[in-house]
Amino acid sequence: MKTRYSFGGDEHIFVECDEEMSLQAFFKGLSITNGVRDSRIKGVTEICPANASFQIKFNPDEIAPDDLLAELKRIEETASKSVASLKTRIIEIPVLYNDPWTHETLMRFRERHQDPSSTDIEYAARINDLGTVDNFIKAHSGAPWFVSMVGFVAGLPFLYQMAERSKQIEVPKYLRPRTDTPKLTVGHGGCFGCIYSVRGAGGYQMFGVTPMPIYDPTQTISYLKDFMVLFRPGDIVKWKPIDREEYDQTVVDVEAGKFQPLIREVIFALDEFEKDIDGYNRKLQEALYGH
Amino acid sequence: MAIKVHSPGLSTTVQDLGRPGYYHIGIPLSGAMDREALRSANLLVGNDENAAGLEVVFMGPELEFTAPATVAVTGGEIPPKLNGEPRETWKSFAVKAGDILSFDFLKAGARAYIAVSGGIDVPVVLGSRSTYTLGALGGHQGRKLAAGDELPVGTASKSGAAGRTIPISLRRMPGSPATLRMLPGLYWHRITEDAGKHFLTDTWKVAPEADRIGYRFRGGQKLAFVDRKPPFGAGSDPSNIVDACYPYGSIQVPGGTEPIVLHRDAVSGGGYFMVGTVISADMDLIGQLQPHMQAQFVAVDMAAALKARKDQDTLAASVRSALA
Repeated sequence: MKTRYSFGGDEHIFVECDEEMSLQAFFKGLSITNGVRDSRIKGVTEICPANASFQIKFNPDEIAPDDLLAELKRIEETASKSVASLKTRIIEIPVLYNDPWTHETLMRFRERHQDPSSTDIEYAARINDLGTVDNFIKAHSGAPWFVSMVGFVAGLPFLYQMAERSKQIEVPKYLRPRTDTPKLTVGHGGCFGCIYSVRGAGGYQMFGVTPMPIYDPTQTISYLKDFMVLFRPGDIVKWKPIDREEYDQTVVDVEAGKFQPLIREVIFALDEFEKDIDGYNRKLQEALYGH
Repeated sequence: MAIKVHSPGLSTTVQDLGRPGYYHIGIPLSGAMDREALRSANLLVGNDENAAGLEVVFMGPELEFTAPATVAVTGGEIPPKLNGEPRETWKSFAVKAGDILSFDFLKAGARAYIAVSGGIDVPVVLGSRSTYTLGALGGHQGRKLAAGDELPVGTASKSGAAGRTIPISLRRMPGSPATLRMLPGLYWHRITEDAGKHFLTDTWKVAPEADRIGYRFRGGQKLAFVDRKPPFGAGSDPSNIVDACYPYGSIQVPGGTEPIVLHRDAVSGGGYFMVGTVISADMDLIGQLQPHMQAQFVAVDMAAALKARKDQDTLAASVRSALA
């Protein structure tokens, strides 16, 4: 895992922790970006952690690009010795799989898909050797998911499945991106899941929709009053398959200000997780549901 | 004081110099695409450089003022008219209550900036009045203007006099073809040496898909990739990477066909490789490109990028002293 530094014009340094995705690469980026934040380097204006990389935006009038580069390399050396552990949250997200809205949308963009004769979820079930859609939903909602990046658009989480690599769901993106995706679509592209925080263009396969808003620029939704974006890198997501009745009720509850998402604080330690993935995920679930 | 929107134009938004600090959660800078033009307009009417004005794209709005003010229009050449009478761009003029500001057809550039003494006084959201339409954030109700809107205008602390102007030598506009200087890097190593040469020698044309998120270019040769085994998580297309951050000005080339330069409302990250980044000094120029205009990417090194940045600062300082 070799770190690669590159200038993004005269205002950014782009740092690739690894070419391929892994939680080790994520934690390497997280520990360096934490180090950058703690160092309060003059001229650094934005610190953006991503899946297996990160980006620092800076003002070259305040710090010479080469000086910042040297500083980052120094921080990388110290950060490599830190423990990959995180005080974070596990959040339950209800999902209506196979919902009518993503279905209508995926039918509208069928000619941009690898397999126009099936739906996105049928296609994903087949190419991941899961057989049926029901099996796919079990696999998708079984293990929890790790928020390894927030971005693309406001508040959108990139989700990395907390499972052995051989069991991780992988699907290609659409052949050509759609110009429309329903708000709160649960999507997947490459090895990453996501929740589309707003309606708009998108290239990920669409599996379902959540009734739980994750971005609210008006800050009126009860649990988004303090800040308009729900997710931060390091959060853990547990999908909860729901039926249409529960979906409709949740939408009503959210509007009435009565819905409170299920969120628990947890510690995530990477080495313990990797020693026993299934056992660790069970413990996370116990922390979420209290049993 | 308010401005009544009779007709909104094509895509008119409230913008100041932007909203730094939230890119890590996917909320981009936003703000004027031609920052120097907005600064100039603000200075002409006596505002702070960062006051909110209106960014007009291709086609101007029709606006009514409810009280006297000083107004200036800068940037692309979309000639203003007051009660039907022509007014000069880059020159402040007085308006009275009931006056109507409208616009003639676009003559050059792509975006005009309207500054009003006192500034557009929409609520400050996360430190800025800029509109981020994709996230329905900031500006006037998080969206472009519509007929019937009424925009609050702040109280001017010091109103600029009418008739002040900015010399032509201090108005920067793209040439034809436009020269966009870029620093190669990021994932430049993904394309072949030959493809890298073509990228820099081909003449590109602005595609119709050109907006505040990004500018798409077409007309150059398809880029050939260096062979590789796809890294886990990236996707099978040779132009895919494990989803990463996108710098402002970064040039991604999905499928190797049409380069997209991200701008002020950039998506903050994604899964396409980038060949490099347009330097900060040339970002304003992109905001003044129309579809079908020609452009050329020119590779520069960091020293040249910093020199260009200094030159841009010198220009801004000259505008300030011209109006002091």
